[in-house]
Amino acid sequence: MSKLNLDKAKVEKARELAGRIAKDTQQFVDLHTTVTVERTICRLLGIDGVNDIEVPLPNLVVDQLVENHALGIGAAFYISNAMIQTKKTPQEIAEAISRGELDITKLPLADSFEIQLNLQETVKNMVKRIKENRNQRETFLSRFGDAEGPYLYVIVATGNIYEDIVQARAAAKQGADIIAVIRTTGQSLLDYVPYGPTTEGFGGTMATQENFRLMRSALDEVGEELGRYIRLCNYCSGLCMPEIAAMGAIERLDVMLNDALYGILFRDINMKRTMVDQYFSRMINGFAGVIINTGEDNYLTTADAFEEAHTVLASQFINEQFALMAGLPEEQMGLGHAFEMDPLLENGFVYELAQAQMAREIFPNAPLKYMPPTKFMTGNIFKGHIQDALFNMVTVITGQKLQLLGMMTEAIHTPLMSDRALAIENAEYIYHTMKGLREEIQFKPGGMVEKRAAFVLDEAIKLLEEMEGLGLFKCLELGKFGDVKRPQDGGKGLAGVTVKEKEYFNPFIPYFLEKEVI
Amino acid sequence: MSAGLYSSKKQSGDKNLDLKNLRPYGDTMNDGKVQLSFTLPVKDDEQGVEAAKELGKKMGLLEPLVAWHEALDKEFTFYVVYGSVVHGVNYEDIHVDIVDVETMTMEETDAYIKEKIGRPIVIIGASTGTDAHTVGIDAIMNMKGYAGHFGLERYAMIDAYNLGSQVENEEFIRQAVEKKADVLLVSQTVTQKDVHIQNMTQLVELLEAEGLRDKIILIAGGPRVNNELAKELGYDAGFGPGKFADDVATYAVEEFVARGMK
Repeated sequence: MSKLNLDKAKVEKARELAGRIAKDTQQFVDLHTTVTVERTICRLLGIDGVNDIEVPLPNLVVDQLVENHALGIGAAFYISNAMIQTKKTPQEIAEAISRGELDITKLPLADSFEIQLNLQETVKNMVKRIKENRNQRETFLSRFGDAEGPYLYVIVATGNIYEDIVQARAAAKQGADIIAVIRTTGQSLLDYVPYGPTTEGFGGTMATQENFRLMRSALDEVGEELGRYIRLCNYCSGLCMPEIAAMGAIERLDVMLNDALYGILFRDINMKRTMVDQYFSRMINGFAGVIINTGEDNYLTTADAFEEAHTVLASQFINEQFALMAGLPEEQMGLGHAFEMDPLLENGFVYELAQAQMAREIFPNAPLKYMPPTKFMTGNIFKGHIQDALFNMVTVITGQKLQLLGMMTEAIHTPLMSDRALAIENAEYIYHTMKGLREEIQFKPGGMVEKRAAFVLDEAIKLLEEMEGLGLFKCLELGKFGDVKRPQDGGKGLAGVTVKEKEYFNPFIPYFLEKEVI
Repeated sequence: MSAGLYSSKKQSGDKNLDLKNLRPYGDTMNDGKVQLSFTLPVKDDEQGVEAAKELGKKMGLLEPLVAWHEALDKEFTFYVVYGSVVHGVNYEDIHVDIVDVETMTMEETDAYIKEKIGRPIVIIGASTGTDAHTVGIDAIMNMKGYAGHFGLERYAMIDAYNLGSQVENEEFIRQAVEKKADVLLVSQTVTQKDVHIQNMTQLVELLEAEGLRDKIILIAGGPRVNNELAKELGYDAGFGPGKFADDVATYAVEEFVARGMK
């Protein structure tokens, strides 16, 4: 039941507008592929490892396609053909490419039907593996049960995976439900995924498949001890979105940052590249049962949280539509928003409450990701702890699901072990003491909360209408989100986008969209 | 509640403020009261509490009181400690290098530029190197500004370009040349293992190699930046926490005129 008396017809209208905007962009997506999409296919076919100068084998394979102008035909086509011609496995083919012994674009070509058929067994094996991971997560959750209230989400960011594990285990014991391993700064701009366990990073730790595996097994172990399933989160963003999604699906990650627009706005990654990459990455996340987190909260760190609230809502509608197109169900859409208003704003708490309740009602099945104050955290840790407490109250009163815990030492350093413990204590205290409040609360008809929500929805519709006319790419050029302007053909990674040719196929899509089942 | 918090035991010593031997103030002059918290990688028991107390003594705390201790994990314990620090400092001997300007308002700065420079000045800012955080540079540059201080983009006589985050030094310089920048603002927010120092130093070296260093005003900012550090690294000035667009703008335009730049 709506506590805000929101106009259902308006919500429906916003959804339809967003649907048309997304569909328009999807036409572009469907015609293109990128270097990282093709590397993802390599990884899903079992290609892994690096050469003697640390270049990942999926990069070597795809570089060979690029050099021979064969990217538009795709990695699946050429690897499958090479399997037929050489009787080697995909991994052996990649190793032969790495040694300079094989050019897969120069082999005689088998019949194209045979090329497609030949891959089926390899594809099914990987699809099965991902499905088994999904089943395993469900088994854990049915054994242990799942958190009734918000998932307490904390980050570890030491740079060293082994130190991260120490911190993550401690956080789990203190009550954390989700551990996010923050990536080293700059990784989003690497056009490859580093390999192996890593112990050096700046402001975070490299996302590598081995690091995923190490942390997964540590969290399973501590979860077993605690009788809880501890979820693992990483960052499926930047120039390697789908590759990281694939690695996460293979190593059973549970949550992935995966926004359609974030990389464009905040990492200056080319918009065409991002749109194509987000599609395949979301498809993988959808199939793997991974909850995605979208990044609308970030708009409010550059733009004003009060004035720009409608851009968050508009973007949530668009992210929802892109996710649906990639087969990702609502139950896995951690749409993002944030508690970022200036503490000096009169009635700021009331407006935050209105907006959080609005998001809850507009996206009733989505496990919303709610972000704590960061922009107005000052270094006054005592006040900061109160700001975080207010945020925790809104979380509980409006039923947010992924509660990213604020640290009182935000703006000072990456969290110390004790910062995290105090943040969890704060959140648990508030959840426990206010547990039943949500059911008790109603908002005054025609009051401040109701009016604020209606206003934000109206503004979001205006923006979506404008966007429908302009198209998404044009809107990004004009700086409609987060006050950030990006040219269509600017930014990083455009060179890696190419038009698909008629022989192109991605053998995983029918399975991930569950049009074919194994 | 620990009774020691409310100890009525008299503190010895002078109750008069002595700037040559400045000590923290709790509720009585020269009581030296400080609060600190830390984690020790040991289990939570009496031995750990004693260790926390010993550590307090080594830090110069008289009668340290462990007000709170709590296990964070099997082998990690959090302590909150109060005590009276025995040390004092000579306040009068302390010299701090700050950017010493009387800050002008936006309108005053715009008028100053019109009158003394006669053309808009070009300011380019970025969060450079691996740093992905724009909160600092945004606070200084974005139209809206921060805490009631308008950002440089709003200044009529300043052409402000905020290049955002993770801008490599080479790219930063390329943009500076292209836009004929008068002033460069370098923001460093999150840093680990002092990577911000290397990055800031590299920019100075590149500017010198290109022969540009003396043609521009180079300013650094961030939570770990101060004027002394900035100057040591070859910058003209550094602004730490609590400084706003108007402080930066005032310094920049006055330096521009003082250097006789055209």
